[in-house]
Amino acid sequence: MTDTPMIQAQGLTKRYGDTQALAGVDFSVPAGAILGVLGPNGAGKTTAVRILTTLARPDSGTARVAGYDVVTEADEVRRRIGVAAQDATVDEALTGRQNLVMIGELSLLPRRRSMARATELLERFDLVDAADRVAKGYSGGMRRRLDLAASVVTRPPVLFLDEPTTGLDPTSRNRMWDVIRELVADGVTLLLTTQYLEEADTLADSIVVVDHGRVIAEGTAAELKTAIGGARLEVTLSAAHSAAGGALSPLVAGEITTSADGRRLSAAVREASGLTTAVVRALDLAGVAVDDLEIRQPSLDDVFFALTGHPTEQEAEPETSPELEGASR
Amino acid sequence: MTIAVERPVAVDLPAPTGRLSQRWHNVVVLTRRNLVHISRDPMQLSDVTVQPVLFTLLFIYVFGAGVPITGGSYKDFAVAGLLILNLTTSVIGTAVGLCTDLTTGVVDRFRTLPMWRPSILVGRSASDIMSATLCAVIVALTGLAIGWRTSTSLLSVVAGFGLALLFSYALSWGSACLGMVSKGPESAQSLGLIILFPLAFVSNALVPTAHMPTWLQYIADWNPVSAVTSAVRQLWGNPNPAATIHVWPMQHPVWATLAWSAVLLAIFAPLAARLFRSRTTE
Repeated sequence: MTDTPMIQAQGLTKRYGDTQALAGVDFSVPAGAILGVLGPNGAGKTTAVRILTTLARPDSGTARVAGYDVVTEADEVRRRIGVAAQDATVDEALTGRQNLVMIGELSLLPRRRSMARATELLERFDLVDAADRVAKGYSGGMRRRLDLAASVVTRPPVLFLDEPTTGLDPTSRNRMWDVIRELVADGVTLLLTTQYLEEADTLADSIVVVDHGRVIAEGTAAELKTAIGGARLEVTLSAAHSAAGGALSPLVAGEITTSADGRRLSAAVREASGLTTAVVRALDLAGVAVDDLEIRQPSLDDVFFALTGHPTEQEAEPETSPELEGASR
Repeated sequence: MTIAVERPVAVDLPAPTGRLSQRWHNVVVLTRRNLVHISRDPMQLSDVTVQPVLFTLLFIYVFGAGVPITGGSYKDFAVAGLLILNLTTSVIGTAVGLCTDLTTGVVDRFRTLPMWRPSILVGRSASDIMSATLCAVIVALTGLAIGWRTSTSLLSVVAGFGLALLFSYALSWGSACLGMVSKGPESAQSLGLIILFPLAFVSNALVPTAHMPTWLQYIADWNPVSAVTSAVRQLWGNPNPAATIHVWPMQHPVWATLAWSAVLLAIFAPLAARLFRSRTTE
């Protein structure tokens, strides 16, 4: 079991109408690892998740989850996966607790066990106060947490989280991250899609970057960051000063770029830890006054620009279920 | 209170799918879910609670005044028809409920679970037969309150209700199909009305067909709604003017109702399963 990957996609393609959602995607996730699938809207992330979770069939290619084929052994796959979709799929007319008990019972846990598990999960996901309220009134963050709780009712060994924090405010996002970290501590294998580099960086062991239905880069967060130059230091001086460059250069990596008015300096960061203090001290020593200082993490746009040479295209494209497009809009 | 220590992964691995007991259990859970839905929004039930009372009173006191019935009062004639009318129009609920589930993400969640997928359909039809039963009880109570009486044995009266519910159950599978071809709950609702209202009204449910134009009379006499209405009137011993009409379903209304129900089920249950599969395949 440990030798075979828990999640394996080989040459997956999928077309919805005129849109080539996936154009040949390969990746694999070893047992207990966390893969971050990073990409902009419409990159094919959701399609990949829908195939891996047996909701959609690939046009070509194969995918195996926990050793079972997602098309020919879909039932075996379903017994081993938990899924939290992008649009939280909780039953709005039920309470949080009823949702969890229902999922447990539909998965054939005995009723008492389902209820005990629901109580346990409500505590764990910080939903105790809202447990017996109808999910319709839940905030976005609560809904996502309930959805996540629903996906782990049976303690599945493989979890799929499709953009678990998209649209959440920073507080809810941090909370969600804590919850996900806790889940992962249980040793599940996790595939997580995200539009945020920071999220993939924080949570994932390795990252694949997808664009237009293809994997365009893969590696650890550190590898990707190296590839794109990592974080950048940006210093704004009170006034242009000739000694500023000299004072900074031992602290940063590579060339320092200076703006036309000489007030803004920027350079790649070698080691972010302690950098702010060191920079302030060095500039102060050189008699340079500082207005502002920022270490900026590369954004998804930076990654894309570095990898593809073009910025992310935020197309309003079928990341959502194609079914909704065809049938119900 | 014991705090569960996280077990090693997949200790709770759900049982393999496909056993009969699993299917039954899935149906029970989803039926209960649908009932909880109804309890959250009791107005959902208005078409099986308020509407029957309203229709019964309106038709009997407003219409009834002008419709002479040979062999009895309009009241005794109309209650069976009102039962069938209400049951027929209330099957729209099946279409709306299914369509709502399909357009929200909840069916996607179900589809990633190791469950018997048709239980989504079967659970829906089970909760609908329960609300249909409630509807029948309310029509009967309203009827009794205003003086409707039966003149046959209890067994025969119960058989009348059973036959009406069987027909309504069979028809609800047609409504399920409607729900699956509708784009959204609203269009399911209006499509349902367009089909079911003529079906319910072009019949002998509220007026004897004898005074209709010939062509309409012909349609009405062959309408399955007329057959089940006549069958119920016959079983209840209520006035049944259609007994004199020389058309097979009116001569043998009980058999006609059983045949219609069987035909509806044989066509629409497999069709519903197929539509469900194609709607949820991508």
